[in-house]
Amino acid sequence: MTTNGKMTTLNPVGFAPMVTRKPLAPRLDTLEGKTVYLVDCRFDDSDIFLKQMQAWFAERLPGVRTVFKPISSVYLNDDPTTWNEIKARGHAAILGVGH
Amino acid sequence: MTVEATYGVPTVAMHTDKFDTVVRQVAAHNGMPGLRQVFVPQPIMGKTAAQLRAYVDGVDPITKRPVMQEVLDGLTRPFDAAELGPLEFDRSTPRLLPPDTEENLHRLFLDSEWTDKLPIVLPTEERVATMLAATHRRPDEVVGRMRPTHFREYWEYTVEKVAVNAVMAGARPEYFPVILALASTGVSARGSSSSSVAAMAVVNGPVRQEIGMNAGTGALGPYSHANATIGRAYGLLSQNLQGGSTVGLTYMGSMGNNYAYNSLTCAENEERSPWEPFHVQHGFRPTDSAVSVFSGCRSTAFSLGLRETYWREHVANMLRGMDPHGPPTLLLDPITARQFIDRGGFTKKDALIDWLYETARMPAGEYWDYQLVQNYIYPRATFGEEPWASKLKAKPEEMVPIFRREDIHIVVVGGETNGYWRIMGCNYQATASVDEWR
Repeated sequence: MTTNGKMTTLNPVGFAPMVTRKPLAPRLDTLEGKTVYLVDCRFDDSDIFLKQMQAWFAERLPGVRTVFKPISSVYLNDDPTTWNEIKARGHAAILGVGH
Repeated sequence: MTVEATYGVPTVAMHTDKFDTVVRQVAAHNGMPGLRQVFVPQPIMGKTAAQLRAYVDGVDPITKRPVMQEVLDGLTRPFDAAELGPLEFDRSTPRLLPPDTEENLHRLFLDSEWTDKLPIVLPTEERVATMLAATHRRPDEVVGRMRPTHFREYWEYTVEKVAVNAVMAGARPEYFPVILALASTGVSARGSSSSSVAAMAVVNGPVRQEIGMNAGTGALGPYSHANATIGRAYGLLSQNLQGGSTVGLTYMGSMGNNYAYNSLTCAENEERSPWEPFHVQHGFRPTDSAVSVFSGCRSTAFSLGLRETYWREHVANMLRGMDPHGPPTLLLDPITARQFIDRGGFTKKDALIDWLYETARMPAGEYWDYQLVQNYIYPRATFGEEPWASKLKAKPEEMVPIFRREDIHIVVVGGETNGYWRIMGCNYQATASVDEWR
């Protein structure tokens, strides 16, 4: 307790890591003629949703090739096999659905 | 975020609108504030293909623009400087808070989301110093790292930070080694899961009696100062040392969980248990003091005793009532523990666990259709992980084990006022030495 009736207390919050900017990939000029991966994170019914999005591309933008791709295991695990496939064979990715 | 930053592939992440604030903050804290994210209504789960097509054809509930326009823009519109964010930023905060009146400080702690909404003890320098005197560890020694969910970054904490939260919870200094041991596990008692998880903490060894923990009547209720405040400290240190547990941001439990008030903290009733103590099962000596933590506490089943004719069926029914993604930890009053020996001859915990594993079965078709099995186990099965990969080969009508044997546990607790017992659906995580933190 200080003399003026005020108290000094300690901050209860932990130590946050420094945030460092990560690179964002350059955007595409157009999706026409490109391959877009629709990546199913296998959570709830995201596969059904992404297949509906795939149908939308087929109807509305037939010049865009889409690949429906479920991740290899559960979304909690990294999946370098899938990410390398997308990098090698695709131009862009749509991942979902996070809840 | 990995696909975008590490593999250099332009990406759009789809989310449901309830997670707008969370995912934007997660992206920013991972150094990618401009990550392109598009939203559809909640829920996805259980909707038909036609309903989900309507989501695709509809508008983003956050931006009010067509979902597919947002998706196409996200992949083709160049980033501006604001979206890239600063090169780096520091979120550290000072060790001491500005001096203020007692009333104002209580308001500050409440408004800053540093409490569990119940009154706290203000962590003055004197009180924290008294707490710190209960361990031989240095105040600046790092105890561990914690985070509220898989996608969040780890925050770090020291002995002094744990002491601050222990004071806030009303814990006495003699409890501090148990609280430090809990913090050392890095297992959060404030998980952010939408399933509304809580933790459970079970203390074994001489420290139980040294600090007056309750393993008997009312052990899991508000009837012991040590049980109550150690458990409360575990919750407060989790939320404050991991970077928060704020609704809509770092806590997304849809219903919430009353168990979270003190994380089901109790002592095992070793003196009345017919079996070896829980910590001894996990590599400690009976004379060691240790605390074991369980996460994901949600579902609870209960019953009274074991009847002579149908006890096997009754136990099987209780096990079938648990969600397959929340394996059973049996909390047995000593009366029921001895009944398991009388009825089934389970003189060892392992024998009872073997029987529970064999008894907990359901048709494979039903098992694989559980939503949480679909979300968390089916992907691992198709990836080839055992035992699930083999289980996936079963015909739909074939009876398969619901749980892995290693996920089934038994704790003896209670005061023998009757033979009530419970099954807690939860995941055993770790057992930490208390003695190392004295």
